[in-house]
Amino acid sequence: MADYKELVLTASGVNPLKCMRCGKCSGTCPSYDAMEYHPHQFVYMVEKGDIEKLMESKSIYTCLSCFACVERCPRDVEPAKLVEAVRLAVIRQQGKNHLKSEQIPDMVDEELPQQAIVSAFRKYSK
Amino acid sequence: MLRIGVFVCHCGTNIAGTVDVKAVAETLGKEPAVVFSTDYPYMCSEAGQNIIKDAIKEYQLEGVVVCSCSPRMHEATFRKAVAAAGLNPYMLEVANIREQCSWIHKDMAEGTAKAIVLGRTAVAKVQLNAPLTAGESPVVKRALVIGGGIAGIQTALDIAEAGYPVDIVEKEPTIGGKMTQIDKTFPTLDCSSCILTPKMVECAQNENITIYSYSEVEAVTGFVGNFSVKIRRKARFVDEDKCTGCGACTEKCPVKNAPDAYNLGLSNRHAAYIPFAQAIPNVAVLDKERCIKLTKGKCGLCSTVCSAGAIDYEQQDSFVEEKYGAIVAATGYNPINIDGYDEFAYSQSKDVVTSLEFERILKADGPTEGHLARLSDGKQPKTIVFVQCVGSRESGSAHGCGKEYCSKICCMYTAKHAMLCREKYPDTDVYVFYIDVRTPGKNYDEFYRRAVEQYGVHYIKGMVGKVAPQADGTLDVQASDLISNEQLHVKADMVVLAAAIEPDKSARPLATMLTASMDTNDFFTEAHAKLRPVESPTAGVFLSGVCQGPKDIPETVAQAGAAASKVIGLLAKDKLSCNPCVAHSNEMKCNGCSSCANVCPYGAITYEDKDFSRRKDGTMMRRVASVNEAVCQGCGACTVACPSGAMDLKGFATSQIMAEVDAICK
Repeated sequence: MADYKELVLTASGVNPLKCMRCGKCSGTCPSYDAMEYHPHQFVYMVEKGDIEKLMESKSIYTCLSCFACVERCPRDVEPAKLVEAVRLAVIRQQGKNHLKSEQIPDMVDEELPQQAIVSAFRKYSK
Repeated sequence: MLRIGVFVCHCGTNIAGTVDVKAVAETLGKEPAVVFSTDYPYMCSEAGQNIIKDAIKEYQLEGVVVCSCSPRMHEATFRKAVAAAGLNPYMLEVANIREQCSWIHKDMAEGTAKAIVLGRTAVAKVQLNAPLTAGESPVVKRALVIGGGIAGIQTALDIAEAGYPVDIVEKEPTIGGKMTQIDKTFPTLDCSSCILTPKMVECAQNENITIYSYSEVEAVTGFVGNFSVKIRRKARFVDEDKCTGCGACTEKCPVKNAPDAYNLGLSNRHAAYIPFAQAIPNVAVLDKERCIKLTKGKCGLCSTVCSAGAIDYEQQDSFVEEKYGAIVAATGYNPINIDGYDEFAYSQSKDVVTSLEFERILKADGPTEGHLARLSDGKQPKTIVFVQCVGSRESGSAHGCGKEYCSKICCMYTAKHAMLCREKYPDTDVYVFYIDVRTPGKNYDEFYRRAVEQYGVHYIKGMVGKVAPQADGTLDVQASDLISNEQLHVKADMVVLAAAIEPDKSARPLATMLTASMDTNDFFTEAHAKLRPVESPTAGVFLSGVCQGPKDIPETVAQAGAAASKVIGLLAKDKLSCNPCVAHSNEMKCNGCSSCANVCPYGAITYEDKDFSRRKDGTMMRRVASVNEAVCQGCGACTVACPSGAMDLKGFATSQIMAEVDAICK
């Protein structure tokens, strides 16, 4: 469990102790009602090391990654980065790459931005 | 070689916890010239001081080294002790083995080794100390208070009451400050103007007080007891002595679209104006940016209606130069600019206002004449949302304009606003979104609880994330309710933002003129955070009100009185003893280059032509630097600037510093 916390903290670069629990992230979140755990809960649960609950929750996929919480947080906590890091923890835990580099040449066409490939590796590979 | 005594303090466990004080005393005792060395739990105690005094007599000590806390803390104590035993007080050196050693080290061996080095350094320095005698300088028995808000007013009244003349410099056309704009005051809900205006009138009537309104401090020179200050009296185009404050000019003035600063720009005023009915002095001002006569040369209507003949379109800024013994900074605060908070729609909707603007809406002489009304359509709001901590308690990088500190006054004035709304308009729904409710203070928490329990204000723990103006003129307030773990949408008619407060912009340049230090937020720094809260580290400069840190009115008045008592204590003295650690120039080395005078922040260095001829054939006149010892503050800038090594500082001579460096490197 502690390993997951370490992973989430390292991968996100977020320090949840900076949070002053004002709830502005959840006040601003457009996907609030679609999420079982809300942005402010993500921060607190990561701080407590409650990562597995988050990994099992659909909330990590219903987050829109709009970064409104990151933009408006008065303490620079960056909750959306934690959500992304928990997603990453799920992928690593499943122990397999959902995207292999051999697959790439077939998928590439001239229109595809390179950034999308990089981003896809971040989300779907260990 | 002088006979030196070394005294090592334990400071309880403050030093002894990380420094082997016995080993330090023993090792330093073996230094050449050290004839006595000992340690004691509290060297600053009476018993500790007696050890020093007795040792001076018994061992005929000629120099004393105390290894203890910072000299800022107890140098004066030990100098007195040394002087009481018959030594010159400047034959003492303090080695700081607490702040610069024990407090910052964890390892005993490391701490002890460093303490020994610091002690040895002080021994090396004291060898080269020379007896110094402090001169005296007279005290000008007049005080200057910069800022005429409640802080400055209270300080000035208390100083004047003690019998000393005091001048108030206020940059606005009237004294009174922010308190004039406020409707009611917490926690008693008495009318702000009703308690302030008697004090303003008292300032005008007290013969010890001179008010320089519409004036700014231009330059400050001198030092404690003897400051020279140049004050710019901005042209108001009205003769203050002739104007009766009848207001005829303000009524007849054809310009009607100047933003009224008293109403924070929520309404307009004429170009000829008196800020508000109770202004002190009750004298009109012409707004030189807006007045038709002053901008285009036409009109002149005010002059024709003024029966006192007080209008003077030719008036220029004038200057007053005065000497003061003490200066009090009371420059106050302003709410921060919240244009950067797009999420609260402040710049999009007239019905999103700051708390100070809301005060103006509630107050009888405000833009709505005291009626709770929306600024967009004049309708009475049925639902009001208050948002706390807008710009307070923010990391520096979050919005670029937030403040890390808690502004301290917002929790209480928001409770007051919420309460007043519910009292006058009981059919109004009032929501307060808070992060924490901070109400330390006498009768403060009771006040907040009354807002909740008696007045039925809805306090919701959580921050507002977004305010969105709707087509029907309402405001959609999206916020989190952390206790029920819900996201709320409140359909509000008005949103009030508790904007953070920050020091007035005039504080920073003033601090530079006064050589008074400030923190990163531009609040003036106090000489000691706990024990000297109303004094600046710069001697003779005192602090009153929010310029030192966020404060409400009761705290400001208390601090203003404390600052006044410190000023009175200073002005009651006829003479002050000067710091004898001042610069002097070696005339044989000085080449008169002016480098030292150029860097001297106090203007203490002048030049004179001196005759250095040694034979009768021809004269040799040379230009050499000469230091005014009463003005020199011993900062040492000149000693660094001097290219020929002619400038030196008594008590901190270059030779002494080199001896210290040698001792450290030994």
